[in-house]
Amino acid sequence: MNQAAHRTSQEPIRLGLIGSPNSGKTTLFNSLTGLRAKVGNYPGVTVERREGRVRVNGGEAVVIDLPGTYSLDPISPDEAVVTQVLDGEVASVPMPDALVIVADACSLSRSLLLVGQVLHRDRPACLVVTMMDELRARGGELDLERLSGALGIPVVGVVGHRGLGVAELRTLLAHPETWTQPVIAPPAEPSERAAWAESILDHVVRRPVGPHTITDRIDRIVLHPVWGVLLFALVMVTFFQLIFAWATPAMDWIDGMIGLAGSAARSTLPPSLLTDLVADGLIAGVGSVAIFLPQIVLLFSLLYLLEDVGYMARAAFVVDRAMGRVGLEGRAFVALLSSYACAVPGIMATRTIPSPRDRLVTILVAPLMTCSARLPVYALLIAAFVPARNVLGPIGLQGLVLLGLYLVAPVVAMIVAAILKRTLLPGEGMPFVLELPTYRLPTLKLWLSQVWRSASAFLKRAGTIILAASLVLWVLLTFPQSTPPGDLDDVQAASWSLEQSIAGRIGHAIEPLIEPLGFDWKIGVGLIASLAAREVIVATLAQIYTAQDPDASLRAAIRADVDPLTGRRIYDPGTVAALLVFFVFALQCTSTLAIMARETNSWRWPAFAFGYLLCLAYGFAWMARHITLALT
Amino acid sequence: MKSTFNSDRIAPALSLADLEPGTEGVVVDVAGRDPTSRRLLDLGLIRGTPVRVMRRAPLGDPVVYELRGYRLCLRRSDAARVEMRVESTAGASHPGSRA
Repeated sequence: MNQAAHRTSQEPIRLGLIGSPNSGKTTLFNSLTGLRAKVGNYPGVTVERREGRVRVNGGEAVVIDLPGTYSLDPISPDEAVVTQVLDGEVASVPMPDALVIVADACSLSRSLLLVGQVLHRDRPACLVVTMMDELRARGGELDLERLSGALGIPVVGVVGHRGLGVAELRTLLAHPETWTQPVIAPPAEPSERAAWAESILDHVVRRPVGPHTITDRIDRIVLHPVWGVLLFALVMVTFFQLIFAWATPAMDWIDGMIGLAGSAARSTLPPSLLTDLVADGLIAGVGSVAIFLPQIVLLFSLLYLLEDVGYMARAAFVVDRAMGRVGLEGRAFVALLSSYACAVPGIMATRTIPSPRDRLVTILVAPLMTCSARLPVYALLIAAFVPARNVLGPIGLQGLVLLGLYLVAPVVAMIVAAILKRTLLPGEGMPFVLELPTYRLPTLKLWLSQVWRSASAFLKRAGTIILAASLVLWVLLTFPQSTPPGDLDDVQAASWSLEQSIAGRIGHAIEPLIEPLGFDWKIGVGLIASLAAREVIVATLAQIYTAQDPDASLRAAIRADVDPLTGRRIYDPGTVAALLVFFVFALQCTSTLAIMARETNSWRWPAFAFGYLLCLAYGFAWMARHITLALT
Repeated sequence: MKSTFNSDRIAPALSLADLEPGTEGVVVDVAGRDPTSRRLLDLGLIRGTPVRVMRRAPLGDPVVYELRGYRLCLRRSDAARVEMRVESTAGASHPGSRA
């Protein structure tokens, strides 16, 4: 009793959770902390930092979920975080009081190598052996008491996803000061440590673990040269179709609700600047964050389902060779595929890539994938300017142009990835390491909690930046306020105000810069407004051209527009080609920039991506203009 | 920064990349001490470790290996650093048979 009272009067114990990827560490962390985890970043690296409060008998402890690691001998700055936290070298993270090592019961021979390294540090430690159910199902049996005796530290066996053994663990975690410590530290040299691990195994393995027959049987199909590839294609097409098609109704619904909320605000509040701020700035800004949720929730539901079952590793295995050609790896495929729906969830999906360098390259090329926000822009320009005639039999020219725009982006992305790997981000790098876990039935609770974590992390960490950016854009498009001449109707007045706004002035100011592409100030304003989201350029152009209906009358208006000085048609074939190509490349999306900044933990990489994509956009648009003008 | 010492050692006589699916071998050594080689050691490819070659990916690379009770995929270029010997005697300990 005294001890418990003593415990609550001081700072909670800090426990570091350490284990290799796939050891069941994250499942155990979720099981211990529930949904009460705090997510952040370690300073200077892209590693996610997770901490959670845990009820232990007689009080609370803080568990730090250290990044999964194969070794305490780091080979990248991201991995070095683990040893830095253990040594108390990360300023914002106090040194853990004790360590909880997590090891998979079915591959203890490998896990003990990491256990040996941790014990070498001479810190209070205990061992949690996970997946005891799978061990038993495969006919294996371990003597955990003997294991505890041989290692010299407390050992608890658990089934993390079912919560079995977790109560016993909570009792143990309450009092690290009572934990036994090894008399002699395990050897440091790898082959001596391996011999040490073998001698312990000889001592504790009552019955060896057998093969996982179900996994073997499933893998005969999933990894088959023909069936495996077909299954991969089928899963990926379905995956993409679901994100693309299933998210649309929800996104349309959110869009509609935001529209309703905006008009409700307008009808209840008196017409004033404040009402404009609420309706066009705040509500639209919240909408621009919420609109991502359907895709993020769907993407991560599917991703975690495939991951928890064990398929994601197989998919990466099947496709790795193809991705390896351009210097990326198998796990990058899903992130890039997701970016075809939207780069924001796509960039979040790169978290599955362990090599920081590969992850960064994937993040930097993800915005090149043709996301769904580009489609309204392509649709407007193609419908307005590409003749609807058939070429090559039944194949229409409009469809062909659209297909071309979709295909050119991934090709350029692969080239850029290969160049980045060779120039900007060279180095020895890490080996490609991928484990094929056994197939498992996922549990609903774990699955839902993972999806919840991703969605809430997006809202908290990127949502705020996106909201702020849309408010800034609203200011640019609204101020300075000036009274339009009295003889204009509402639509003309809106157009007039936009031209007087800061954005309108910037549009005029950058006109000389974009003139070589054939763009005038109106397209310039559209480009600035489209930073909120690419498709916004359509609505902005509609406002400038005082078009009531963006589909029909905007198409007619931009077709008819001529330069007042020279009489040149603004949207000549060269300009249209340049504008289409510009949208293929340019990173016109503050949400993508925001998520990049969050995921890379710096504004340097989003700035770089914005810059290099702007250069590509400008260069290729200029070429497209001149080639088109020469041909027509 | 590649030293000739390292690149000399990076082509062992018989490497893990040379073994055919279905065969087994025992790790002799991992060439070099650069980050990649250190990581291969951390993954458990330590002298004396039995390794079984499971299967190749549909496009020929990477390859799945079984060792120390788990399944690991490595690219051929990385597996080529692992020097192996093949024991002709049958009945050698099965790589997945231990906990």
